[in-house]
Amino acid sequence: MNARVAQPDVSVTASGSLGGMVRTASALRPDAWTWTILVIAAVLALPVLAVFAHVFVPAGDVWLHLRETVLRDYAVNSMILTVGVGAGVLLLGIPGAWLVSLCEFPGRRWFEWALLAPLAMPAYIIAYTYTGMLDFAGPIQTQIRAWTGWGWGDYWFPQIRSLPGAIVMLSLVLYPYVYLLSRAAFLEQSVCVLEVSRTLGAGPWTSFRRVALPLARPAIVAGLSLALMETLADYGTVEYFGVPTFTTGIFRTWFGLADPAAAAQLASVLMTFVFVLIVLERHSRRRARFFHTSGRYSRLPRYRLTGWRKVGAVVLCLLPVAFGFVIPGAQLGCWALATPEVWMHREFLRLMGNSLSLASIAAALAVLLAVIMAYGKRLRPAMPIRAAVRVAGMGYAIPGTVIAVGVMLPFAWLDNTTDDLMRQYFGVSTGLILSGTLAAVVFAYCVRFLAVSLQTVEAGLAKIKPSMDDAARSLGMGPLQVLRRVHLPILRGSLLTALVLVFVDVLKELPATLILRPFNFNTLAVRAFELASDERLADSSSAALAIVLVGIVPVVLLSRAISRSRPGHDAAP
Amino acid sequence: MMPLLELRNVDVAYGPTTVVHGAQLELRKGVIGCLLGPSGCGKTTLLRAIAGFEPVAGGEICLDGRAVSRPGSALPPEKRRVGMVFQDFALFPHLSVAENIGFGIQHLPRRERRARVAELLELVGLPTHADSYPHALSGGQQQRIAVARALAPRPQLLLLDEPFSSMDAELRDELAREVRRILEQEDITTVLVTHDQMEAFAMADHIAVMNAGRILQWDTPCNLYRRPAERFVAGFIGQGRLLPGTVLNDRQVDTALGIITGVVPESFHQGAPVDVLVRPDDIRPVRSGPVSADILDKVFRGADFLYTLRLARGGTVLCSAPGRDDLPVGERIGLELDFEHLVIFPR
Repeated sequence: MNARVAQPDVSVTASGSLGGMVRTASALRPDAWTWTILVIAAVLALPVLAVFAHVFVPAGDVWLHLRETVLRDYAVNSMILTVGVGAGVLLLGIPGAWLVSLCEFPGRRWFEWALLAPLAMPAYIIAYTYTGMLDFAGPIQTQIRAWTGWGWGDYWFPQIRSLPGAIVMLSLVLYPYVYLLSRAAFLEQSVCVLEVSRTLGAGPWTSFRRVALPLARPAIVAGLSLALMETLADYGTVEYFGVPTFTTGIFRTWFGLADPAAAAQLASVLMTFVFVLIVLERHSRRRARFFHTSGRYSRLPRYRLTGWRKVGAVVLCLLPVAFGFVIPGAQLGCWALATPEVWMHREFLRLMGNSLSLASIAAALAVLLAVIMAYGKRLRPAMPIRAAVRVAGMGYAIPGTVIAVGVMLPFAWLDNTTDDLMRQYFGVSTGLILSGTLAAVVFAYCVRFLAVSLQTVEAGLAKIKPSMDDAARSLGMGPLQVLRRVHLPILRGSLLTALVLVFVDVLKELPATLILRPFNFNTLAVRAFELASDERLADSSSAALAIVLVGIVPVVLLSRAISRSRPGHDAAP
Repeated sequence: MMPLLELRNVDVAYGPTTVVHGAQLELRKGVIGCLLGPSGCGKTTLLRAIAGFEPVAGGEICLDGRAVSRPGSALPPEKRRVGMVFQDFALFPHLSVAENIGFGIQHLPRRERRARVAELLELVGLPTHADSYPHALSGGQQQRIAVARALAPRPQLLLLDEPFSSMDAELRDELAREVRRILEQEDITTVLVTHDQMEAFAMADHIAVMNAGRILQWDTPCNLYRRPAERFVAGFIGQGRLLPGTVLNDRQVDTALGIITGVVPESFHQGAPVDVLVRPDDIRPVRSGPVSADILDKVFRGADFLYTLRLARGGTVLCSAPGRDDLPVGERIGLELDFEHLVIFPR
């Protein structure tokens, strides 16, 4: 019925002017938004593509030499490091998360956010702080010798600058990823299943082992893969401890052996490991959604711990906080207080200035790009854009050294090509325009940290109902006016959070800055690392302390966000 | 006179699935039209296509004689001078009531803008709420602010998407009347989308009944009830039962209720099997009549009773009778026919 009548032949004159009509966008006919986003994503994907392109470059002598000599060490050390840190972060992260979300003991509310504090401590900083404390000349060994009267070689003391040392250091600062995600999973578990397990006679330990832990497993695996991505990305700790891994190998091949192709090939091997983790993380996050139990949330009935259990809980939570944050933080504070000449000097102010301006520029740019991508995805939620946004958000998984190599390769090519052309046609040499400038550094930061701002902006945008857009459009606003007058004002909080998160990440970033910075340009992180590498630990402490103090800001933001995120939370409106 | 809104064979598709097929209607200036149908029938999609939020896959949408949507090209929503009130009202949470209403008239000079906002606040009966924020208003108040906001730029067409669905029943009636008064006062052409026929009857001059992506009938409420063009419309609008029958000649159909007289359309030949629509007010209970029936069930509705009757010759019908005559279930009664129109469908 209602067979389609032949389309009435409506000429332009018959139906009036067609002025102002715009072509409707579709997957087959991309419009300006689609193009903008595809171009941004392509540019941001450039470093990774550049690295992988070198897989197909015929292997040079350096690569063959690497393969014969050190490649096995790199792979074995990286593997041991990954497995060790994996065990470490699980051991440190899960018990704390379980205790603060499902048990009641003195100081629980304080531990809830204190357990996040080590997130503020970059791994390379905690590494050299402990080195300073535990070395032969450090306060601990000096004290032991003073008490016992032993001399050098009379006693055994664990060597902190070693592979096991690196595992401990990285575990101490990376466990919060596992803590954060597994805590969220424990809190989301509906009260019903836990109540059922209690009515069936299961105590706290049995409930944990048989109900809570299996339900939280996907979240735990997601947190674990994040921690392991950071482990693979770490450069400062392993370099300082003299443990040869992929990241230090890439750095040495690049600077020591001056072979970009071999460095890129090493980087692509490392990226293969990283992609395994990315797949693992995505898969677990998807599975985590299926593990949501019924939608009933109410105040969780906490197990009230008593006696030795109470003491045990406090000790279990106290250990990671103390060793991951309080003790190294205090040591840094002591050193900084003892070396006022460092932070009273004009040089320190210049470092601060460099770091702050670099971080501000990168943060502003990353948030700007995130807003464009997230809003574009909202306007045109078609496949190519969703894929582009996902690609642009991959950077968080890519080690800084890899990104640095991936930035250097195309930039150097571009500079050389421009220079050649200019010389050929105009007889002038343009030299290096992009590589070795702050532009390269900022670009690398955007690649690495866009995911941070993108996630925050997307989450904020998702809370604005689509009917808001439609309402504003029907009231005569174009898409950009809607963004300016409706979304941005509502998103103010999320934008600020995104700015802060990227700002702090940039401030802490070490390897990419180290490789890409212009000659003689120093930041707090670079200077702290350089001074520490020169065994001037006390002198480096001021810069390190500044980084740690700024790093506390996102920890506070995070802990506030999670305390509000629980559905049916008593504080929520 | 040229219609203000004209849909010419409009198809709307989401990817490969076509959700609206060949929609066709004309709406004159100042008239309130309604798209009525069960959920998922494509009515909201069609409304969004009129607003410019969805592209059309076929046909044409014309506003005031000008094509605004065609396959492959469309006038963006912000250029159509079409106001819209959303199901969830979509008031901007970061703006006060006055700023919300003034949102679409930023181009006006400050003085004029203030005057228009004040005028609209007066119109919707909330003159003292200019500085409140949306979250502090009740549902009914938010609704009226949303209407005022959509009216502020003096749109040529106003669209209402399920405007009363989030209200409770009592408030709904009152608001529907209130909104209709506002629309008439502003003399604004309107298209309303709803799944609730009482709401449609209360608000609209002309109603398009939709099902499965098609407009089945575009007519006045009275005609939809009295002269439904399709089986689906007959079942969807009002109450009633279809009773099998046989065409006797061009004026008479024989059924379990006896011979019903009316106009039989020419397309039905003599002896054709048909279904006859019997509305509850087409028959009246009497002490003794030509037709007898047993009372199967009854529902008290205040002003009247709705009886379900089994006819002696087979088949069931509904019958409404004044609330003061309370007949017991199980009793056998007589019936008198009072058909205004004969509505028949081929069986």
